[in-house]
Amino acid sequence: MRVVDRAEPKGAQKFYLVAVVRGLIVTMGHVMKNVLNPKRMPVVFYPEQKKDLPPATRGRHRLMKREDGAPRCTACMLCATACPAECIHIKAEESPDPNIEKLPERFEIDMLRCVFCGFCVDACPLDAIRMDVPDVTIAGYTRESMVYTKEFLMNHNNEDVVADYNPPRPVILTHGPHARP
Amino acid sequence: MDNQVFTLINIAVMTVVMWITPLQFVPFMIWLERKGSAIIQDRIGPNRAEIFGFRFFGMVHNFSDVVKLLNKENITPTHANRFFYTMAPFWSMTVSLLPLLIIPLAAPIDIFGHTVRFQAADFSVGILYILSITSMGVFAVILAGWASNNKFSLMGGIRSSAQMISYELSMGLAIVALLMVYQDAQVSSMVETQGRWLTVFGHELPLPNWGIFLQPVAFVLFLVASFAETNRNPFDLAEGESELVAGYHIEYSSVKFALFFMAEYSNMVVASFVIATLFLGGYQVPYFSTDVLAAHPQEVLIAVCILGFIKSVLLGYLIGLKARQQETVFKKGVAKWEPFLFSGLFYGLSILCLAGLIYAFNGSFAPWFGPVLTTLLQMGCLLAKVLFFCWLFVWVRWTLPRFRYDQLMNLGWKMLLPLGLVNLLVTGVWLLISK
Repeated sequence: MRVVDRAEPKGAQKFYLVAVVRGLIVTMGHVMKNVLNPKRMPVVFYPEQKKDLPPATRGRHRLMKREDGAPRCTACMLCATACPAECIHIKAEESPDPNIEKLPERFEIDMLRCVFCGFCVDACPLDAIRMDVPDVTIAGYTRESMVYTKEFLMNHNNEDVVADYNPPRPVILTHGPHARP
Repeated sequence: MDNQVFTLINIAVMTVVMWITPLQFVPFMIWLERKGSAIIQDRIGPNRAEIFGFRFFGMVHNFSDVVKLLNKENITPTHANRFFYTMAPFWSMTVSLLPLLIIPLAAPIDIFGHTVRFQAADFSVGILYILSITSMGVFAVILAGWASNNKFSLMGGIRSSAQMISYELSMGLAIVALLMVYQDAQVSSMVETQGRWLTVFGHELPLPNWGIFLQPVAFVLFLVASFAETNRNPFDLAEGESELVAGYHIEYSSVKFALFFMAEYSNMVVASFVIATLFLGGYQVPYFSTDVLAAHPQEVLIAVCILGFIKSVLLGYLIGLKARQQETVFKKGVAKWEPFLFSGLFYGLSILCLAGLIYAFNGSFAPWFGPVLTTLLQMGCLLAKVLFFCWLFVWVRWTLPRFRYDQLMNLGWKMLLPLGLVNLLVTGVWLLISK
């Protein structure tokens, strides 16, 4: 058994007065410094000022696009399968492109269920879904508004979200029977 | 108007004034607590609620609080004892407003053939009245804790009763020591005594005859005991939110909770008034007695103007610093220029003080001017002392951690009580020798 000897206050220490006064001096020092120089306070005025999020922030999802604007996603359902919260709902349709088998007709993420684990990003073989939109204040007034649709998730240019951070992409075959444009 | 009617009206007016005073202090105290805690912790503090864009440095948050609390559902738990459950917050608030009635705001003045007193009631046992009323405050906590029929609130109530009863002893001993040196229990004469010079063995010392110099040990005892009596940190075991969720008022909501909340702050204000009156000379301006002040209106006006000038320039400068910080953040709307407005108002006040200085140097004064100015100065002096103690309550709360229960009891019974008894003995011997 381990016994900890705690120093009990002795003599004048038992009145706590000296320690109390020293503590009061410390806090008063903070008051003086902050009143005389308000700018020294490490405070961000939140809605007006926002801190830059780190470049590798795991934020909101987005669906990546091909060069012609079609979604990279081929509705393979790997992300929906990997999702522990079961928040990804995909309905596939036939792709007009002969090289691509399927396209998502609907791709919806229920943000009220999403736990931001990032498994969908890891599961995707085509780097079609990323979680790098630096938006962490996700809110809405209705349940319906919290279900993000394919159009909303694709509403961006491929490169404009995080210009200086691009995770290494998986190799995309450029020739052969499974080639992707 | 004959003198009796005038006295009655005087008492009625002062009663209303002393009833309203703590109520006016409460929103200020809540603001001071929020802003003070923020500044101590390197934060900005409340600055978001606004009326027509005006934020008044977070003062508007009090209005939001009131609106929120009034709109909340007023719940009475079905298992509670309804009568005592309802009575407790009213009891708490009433008791916290009463002791102020015997605090003199300024010395009585003779004006237009009447004697105006700035004290609602001047009992010959005034100080015992303070003790008896403040000790009734514990009933509110016990009743609230018991009547809610909740184990957390009951724990809070039991802790609080034990704590208050323990610390009332040392508070009483401090007051007994004070009674021995003042030889009087009437508050007005106690304050008058404090207007003289400190006399030790027939020698006058260059110090005012304040309780803090006569009885420094009793002052410390009384200060610590009043922290415990008002259930403030480091003695807020009655709430103990880390252990008891919220303590005795856990089951209260809406207006009843608001009453407890207000009572806590008005208790602090009343305690500040009592400490300032008993130990810091009450309304007495240090080194200047009431007669001296009333006889020299010109010098007093000059001094008031200079003090006002310094104060308003200082405030204007500090608010200006704050304004320059806010300007960089709020790019549009009233919030951009509002602090500059207040800064400018204080600078304008300083110019007004300079104008008063010119008036003071070449003015001749009506006979009523001297006493009225003296009264205002004394009220301001009392206010400054009270504000210091209000700040001390906030300051200590955000500096110290809460005592453990055994530490609390050890401090009360093994430290403060013997100290108070020894202080009584020393005071008695000292009085015997110096006679």
